[in-house]
Amino acid sequence: MEHLLDLFVKSVFIENMIFAYFLGMCSYLAVSKTVNTSMGLGLAVIFVLGITVPIDYLIDNYLLKPGALTWLSKDFADVDLSFLSFIIFIAVIAALVQLVEMIVEKFAPALYNSLGIFLPLIAVNCAILGGSLFMQEREYQTLGEATVFGIGSGVGWLLAIIAIAAIREKIRYSNVPAPLRGLGITFIITGLMGIAFMSFMGISL
Amino acid sequence: MKALRRYLDKIKPNFEKGGRFQKLQSTFDAFETFLFVPNKVTKHGAHIRDSIDLKRTMSFVIMALVPALLFGIWNTGYQHFLSQGTDASFWETIWFGIVKVLPIVIVAYVTGLGVEFIFAQVRHHEVNEGFLVSGMLIPLVMPPDVPLWMVAVSTIFAVIIGKEVFGGTGMNILNPALLARAFLFFAYPAEMSGDKVWIAEKADAFSGATPLAEAAAGHMDKVPDAWSMFIGTIPGSIGETSTLAILLGGIFLIATGIGSWRIMLSVFTGGLAMGFLLNATAVTPYMEIPPYYHLIMGGFAFGAVFMATDPVTAAQTSMGKYIYGFLIGIFAVIIRVFNPAYPEGMMLSILLMNVFAPLIDHYVVQANIRRRLNRIKIKKA
Repeated sequence: MEHLLDLFVKSVFIENMIFAYFLGMCSYLAVSKTVNTSMGLGLAVIFVLGITVPIDYLIDNYLLKPGALTWLSKDFADVDLSFLSFIIFIAVIAALVQLVEMIVEKFAPALYNSLGIFLPLIAVNCAILGGSLFMQEREYQTLGEATVFGIGSGVGWLLAIIAIAAIREKIRYSNVPAPLRGLGITFIITGLMGIAFMSFMGISL
Repeated sequence: MKALRRYLDKIKPNFEKGGRFQKLQSTFDAFETFLFVPNKVTKHGAHIRDSIDLKRTMSFVIMALVPALLFGIWNTGYQHFLSQGTDASFWETIWFGIVKVLPIVIVAYVTGLGVEFIFAQVRHHEVNEGFLVSGMLIPLVMPPDVPLWMVAVSTIFAVIIGKEVFGGTGMNILNPALLARAFLFFAYPAEMSGDKVWIAEKADAFSGATPLAEAAAGHMDKVPDAWSMFIGTIPGSIGETSTLAILLGGIFLIATGIGSWRIMLSVFTGGLAMGFLLNATAVTPYMEIPPYYHLIMGGFAFGAVFMATDPVTAAQTSMGKYIYGFLIGIFAVIIRVFNPAYPEGMMLSILLMNVFAPLIDHYVVQANIRRRLNRIKIKKA
């Protein structure tokens, strides 16, 4: 239990998707204009990450890994399907995102409209695929670890996007030099936030 | 004084529209309002009768910094002669400190104000006074033996990236002085975090590590006693060592209503609470130190009184200020104790909460709106 808590804290703060790996930047930069919209997108990302990472974990462990198919028959002991992992992970993510899109459209039409194209684009959000690939690379041992890691990464991403959305709401009336308005200043803010998040680098849990 | 006024009036037309130096208008304006209270009269709208404008606020903060600065000057000399093992008179100590500290102050002011003036001319806005405080804070968070060019580079970085790209004073999201220090910390880690910089020109065999560095390394017996850490006769950055001098400044800030007592109180409470929690669990020797040690070691007090209370980058709502300060205290102690990479957590913890301050405000405001709407509903029902 304590181990899972450590993993959660680690994936939220220390290995934050945005500030440690700079993954999922496109929607982070594009949808962070207001706190409410980014909250919606962040929750969608948590949902997708929290489901795809465990599913991909099961697929990886029971279908793709070298020797994963031994549960079918002893003859498959040296079968290695891991070259398929990219395409299968992406397929799982795409299917999940379709599901999320339908749910959001049905139950929160206002949010659906304000997210626009960026909701279907979660499918190509690098943070999502990154979550599954990190799970594979770091060889998490149990389904619980994979789930906690997925949700934790999502929460870290949500924290990052609502923080920058609040900052962008605050600086809306600032006299930013014309060439830097919009994305330019957002990049600079992201860099500065990265400096602040450096405080967690090096903590070993 | 009258002659000066007459001279300013004489050259003023040159700087007004159509004059010879109209490009330098904001430079002239800066000097004029620095010397005299502006005689501009508002014609309509609400009038607030208060002599506390931006310039006066800033000068109060600088006054509050004076005890810490003076003590820092003395301590720089004191640590130096202590490490050399020589006895020095009070005035020799002060003189050594002045020789070490004054150039840092001058470099910070000259480079920072230089950048500020250039931007004011190019962007046609007034030269703001915000930098007068930042320029004083930057030297106080530097180690006494920092190379001057590093002070210059970090000041320029902090003023441009931290402040001017957002539109100048009052618009920045991170505290410029802390950003300058964080920049140095990450750009030149060898010079900043090694123990060689903490004492000016120390003798070789003398360990000049700060109490924080000793504590982080697990040398609990080498952490100085609480009294000398409170008075400040310990190695450290120029302005941060003496909790006593900082508290004097803090009392001045609270009495004049410039610093927020809510933030100061909650930062100290947060640090103390986290200290108690760690003390209760006490897994490593570092956790076993008395909780109040965290408040007097390193830059905790300095950060709480002068950095966290920066009105621009802190949370703006009253409730938000409590949350903001409390989290600063908690994170500072967590980073100190759990992060082996950084002995000092105050700087990064304040920067971190600067980032989240707008978010805290947002949710405090939303909660207020919801509460008031509920009140209306209840009345109607």
